[in-house]
Formats: sequence, C-alpha cells, structure tokens
Amino acid sequence: MLEWIHPSLVLIVGALLLPFLEGRSRQIWQVALPGFVLLIILGLEPGQYGQLTLGTLELMPGRVDKLSLVFAYVFGLILVIGNIYALHVTDWIQHVAAMVYAAGALGVVFAGDLVTLYVFWELMVISSVWLIWQRQSGVSYQAGMRYLLVHAFGGMLLLAGLLAHYQSTGSIAFEAFEPEGWAFYLILVAFLINAAVPPLHAWLTDAYPEATVTGTVFLSALTTKTAVYTLVRGFPGTELLIWLGVVMALWGVVYAVLANDIRRLLAYHIVSQVGYMVAGVGMGTTLALSGTAAHAFTHILYKALLLMGAGAVLHMTGRSKLTELGGLYRWMPITFLLYMVGGLSISAFPLFSGFVSKTMIVEAAAVDYRAWVYLLLTMASAGTFLHTGLKLPYFTFLGKDSGLRPKEAPRNMLVAMGIAAAFCFLIGVFPGALYAILPNAVDYHAYTAGHLLKEMQLLLFTGLGFFLLLKHVGGEAKISVDTDWFYRRLGPLVVTRVRDAVVATDRAARREFLSAFHRAREAAIHARTSGRLAQSWPTGSMALWTALVLAAMVVFGVL
Amino acid sequence: MSTGRTGRILEALVARRRPLRNATLVVMALLVLVDLFKEPAYERFPWDGIGGFIAFYGFISCVLIIVVSKALGYAFLYRREDYYDDAPQGTGRNARGDDGDA
Repeated sequence: MLEWIHPSLVLIVGALLLPFLEGRSRQIWQVALPGFVLLIILGLEPGQYGQLTLGTLELMPGRVDKLSLVFAYVFGLILVIGNIYALHVTDWIQHVAAMVYAAGALGVVFAGDLVTLYVFWELMVISSVWLIWQRQSGVSYQAGMRYLLVHAFGGMLLLAGLLAHYQSTGSIAFEAFEPEGWAFYLILVAFLINAAVPPLHAWLTDAYPEATVTGTVFLSALTTKTAVYTLVRGFPGTELLIWLGVVMALWGVVYAVLANDIRRLLAYHIVSQVGYMVAGVGMGTTLALSGTAAHAFTHILYKALLLMGAGAVLHMTGRSKLTELGGLYRWMPITFLLYMVGGLSISAFPLFSGFVSKTMIVEAAAVDYRAWVYLLLTMASAGTFLHTGLKLPYFTFLGKDSGLRPKEAPRNMLVAMGIAAAFCFLIGVFPGALYAILPNAVDYHAYTAGHLLKEMQLLLFTGLGFFLLLKHVGGEAKISVDTDWFYRRLGPLVVTRVRDAVVATDRAARREFLSAFHRAREAAIHARTSGRLAQSWPTGSMALWTALVLAAMVVFGVL
Repeated sequence: MSTGRTGRILEALVARRRPLRNATLVVMALLVLVDLFKEPAYERFPWDGIGGFIAFYGFISCVLIIVVSKALGYAFLYRREDYYDDAPQGTGRNARGDDGDA
C-alpha cells in the first residue's frame, strides 16, 4: 500500500477515462470515481506527505491537518452530489472539467507550499471555465472569457506575490503571512478576487448564472470556498477583512433585491454568505475561525441545493427569470420542498444547517463587542431570508401562475438534491458532528433559548416586512449594473474613444500632408506649363551668376 | 389537477393560507411577549435588555433593504435587459476599423 496518494491525482487520472465511456458505464464511473476519492479523503491522517525537491525548493503537496480536512471532506461530498445531479448530461467535457476543477480545489487545500498552491490554483481556473463555456451560447462564451481574464489577472498577482514572498523570506511554506511588504498585499488581493470580495466580485455574478445547469453547482462550491480556506490559512485576524466581509454581506443582499434571474439572485447570495466567512477570518478568534470553517461547510451544501433547485427549474422550463416564472409548486412539488430546505438553511432557520454555523460568526462578533459588525451582519441575515427564503421561492413556485406546466425534475436531480437536503437537515439537528471535525475545539451551543428566540423573531418579522411590501419585491425585467460595468462598458468605451481619436488624428494628418503634397504638385505643374522655367535667360544675368559663383569659389578657397 | 400526492398536500396548504397566516401572526406575537418578560440571555449590547428588539430590527432591516436597494436600482443601477448586448461602437465615422478615405 502506498503511503500517500494525492486525491487530486486520482481524480485527474480517473477523469481521463470519461471520454471513452458511454451510457451506463459512464454514469457508474461518474459516481464511483468521486465516491472513491471521498473514501481516500475520509481515510487521510493528519501529517505531511509527498515532499519533493524542485531545484532549491522544497515542495510539500500533501499537508493534511484538521483545517485542510474539513474543506476536503465537503469538496469530496459535493463532488459526489454534483455528479449525481449531472448524470443525465452526456457532454463529457463538462464531466472532465468538473473532476479536474475539484482536483484543483483539493490540491489547493492540501498544498503546504506556495508553488503547489499556485499550480493547483491555475488548474482550477483553466478547468472551471469550461463549465461556463459548455452552455454553448454567445452570452456564456463572453461571460466565460471575462471570467478567465479576471482569474488570469488574479493568478498573476498571486505569482508576483509569492515571488516577492520568496525573495523577502526565502521560504515558500504556506503559513500565515507577516503583514508587511508587497507580498502580503499581492497575495491577499489574489485571494480576495477568488473570494469574490467587492469590488473584485463581479466575475462571479457575471459568469455563474450563464454556466451550465450542472456546472454552476460545482462553481458555487469550489472557487470561493478554496479562497476562504486560503484566507483562513494565510490571513487570520487581518482586521481589514472584517469590514470587507460586512460590505460583502450587504452588497450581495442589495443586488439580490434587484436581481430578476434566479441563478443570479443566488449568485449574489454567495457573495453575501462568503461575506460572513471573510468577516470571520478578519475577527480571527478561535470561535470566529471555527464559525468560518463551519459556515463554509454548510454553505457549500445548501448553496448547491439552492442552485440545484433553480437549475431544475431552468432545466424543466427553459426559464430562469422571476418575471417569467410562477405557480410551479403544483408541477414541481418535490423540487420546491427540497429547495425550501436549502432556503431555510441559508436563512439560518433553527433545525437547519445555517443556524448552527452562521450564528457562530455573529456570536463571535458579539463576544468581541463589535456592535456594528453584529448589527450589520444581522441585517444581512434578514436580507438572506428575504431573498432566498421568501422572494425567490414565492415568485418562482407560488405567486401568480405563469401558465407553465413542467414535469417534475429528473430523478437523478432529485436524488442529488435529496442528499444535499438530508445533510442540511442533519447538520442542523446534530451540529456536534460538524463541530467535531472543525480545526479547533468548539465551545458553542447553537440551541439555547436566547438564540432561538432571537432568530425566530428576526426571521418571522422579516417575513412580515416581505408580505407587507409584496407588491414591490417581485422581479423586474431589468438588469442592474455592477462593478463589471467598468470592464464591460467603460473599458471598451474608453478603448473605442481612444481608437476613434487616434484614427481621426491620423486621418487629419494624412489629409493635411496629401493636400500639401497636392498643392506642391499643382505648383510644379503650373511652373512647368506656364513656361517660366523654359524661358531663355538674358546674357547679363548669366554673366552676373558666373561672377557670383567665381567669387564664392575664391572666398572659400577652392581655386 | 396537480401531479402527485406531494402536490396535492401543498395545494391543500395553499388553500388554507389564511388560517396559516393567522397562526404565524399569533406565534410572532407570542415570541415578542416571551421576550418582553423573559430575563435577557445576554448583556453584551445596550439593546440586549429590550424585549422584542430583534423583531423590530428584523422588520426595519427588511423594509430598509427593500427601499434602499430599489432606490439605488432606479437611481443608478437598473438598465434594460439588452444593455450589454450592443457593444460600444464608438463615435467616429471609422469605428469599424476600415481604413480608407474613399
């Protein structure tokens, strides 16, 4: 038995078989391979594995500790669930992309050094973009291209950062960074791009709603959460992150009010929820960091569930806009109920997973007496319930009947959603199991009378507000500009303006030159045809010119 | 007219939405009442002693989020759905890049 097999390697090698399999054998392999990888991850013991030397660099591709394991467990789990959800898809490119993408994410969380981290980081970028492109529409191609460019930029910052880090410290070990010098900020910004922290977040809400129905499930689970992992590892207690996190949490909420596309609404709530995690990293206390890890774990499951529900609606109706949906609960009742499990989980309803993880981060703010952070994060919680627990399901499944009569989602989709829903519920009821795998021992009890009373008041009175303002919260057939406006609109506008100015100047200059040339030519022709140059010169002037030339020669000493 | 048993159960619930709503309102009133008379669980913030504060705060948050977001939407952020479809063409006569004077 080998001492260490990197799960990423197994995934990548295994994924190479997929293009050659068809039908049932492809489906079996598609579940068996992630299942096997999950077993490998579950069997990992903390330690350091697979050290190798690259030139003068000591690489450590396999650092296994409790922090990396909690992320690896949920990545493995979501890989199984996502593949069950995608079983009906025959496009092997998506399946291979999803496997390699997950391999990249696992590679990042096990990376003990920055070079390994960088390699897997880039592997994630180049594999994940196919989950967007394979929607095969013009919109998805362009969104994917923007996604690729933003992440290429982020990867560049990471590379520059780790070179600067290596130069100043002589070490490539991936540990908490010292808050000094360029390296700290370059790497931080690279991580913040992947964590979708405003104003660097628009790649997410731009691209995820345009990805394939099944691809979005993987996208929502992996990129932002590996970034949360790297932030926990590299930047715990960086005060700035608290406020970035609070801004994120509210930013997502505001844009979710305006969103009409259900998958874009959910994408904005990824930004919002990751905001809690980023704020947790910023607080940096044991409770906050545990809350961050726990919330990343539960978030992956309930957000996947929500996107699977929205994806099922899109798959069955071909529509994803609130203004075009409504009254689906009769036709897709199981999808509706499973979606609601996700909706109650993300809203932190008691008995559902968000309640035991999100409240940890809010509690961490409270025990640190951070009043504003506490109030604003609580406000974002109200907003989360408002959108994903009320607005989206109300206008999609209830509300005005859209006349759509879809069938219930395919069985493999329902099974995948069912597994995710079961985990959301079980974690909510038995949080001890989740707390046991967290990096630090957790001394936190979610189910106290005080918490229950507060949370139920918050949620139910948010609901009151929603129903009172029901007329004003529905979708509108509009889109809202976000910071991607700068590179989607302003950038091209500036480029075309500059180009037009250059073209105009160039043309004016050429016209000026040509007309000058033209005038000279006209003058020459005129001189020739008028006969002045052809006239014979008088002898007197000839004698004068000869004398002048001779005089000049004498003066300059030629003669 | 719906599909399956689950659908019928949901239909029955939707048909009884009024009594369900009233029950929820009663629960909400009870939550605030309990909070008013119960010893506060925490004394970390000034508002921890005020019964029903979080209920009030949740309601205000919800209204604020909707009002502020919609205001931002109408004032700055909303565009028509095909806003990004037409790439900016520039203003010059030669915006397409053909390069002749003729």
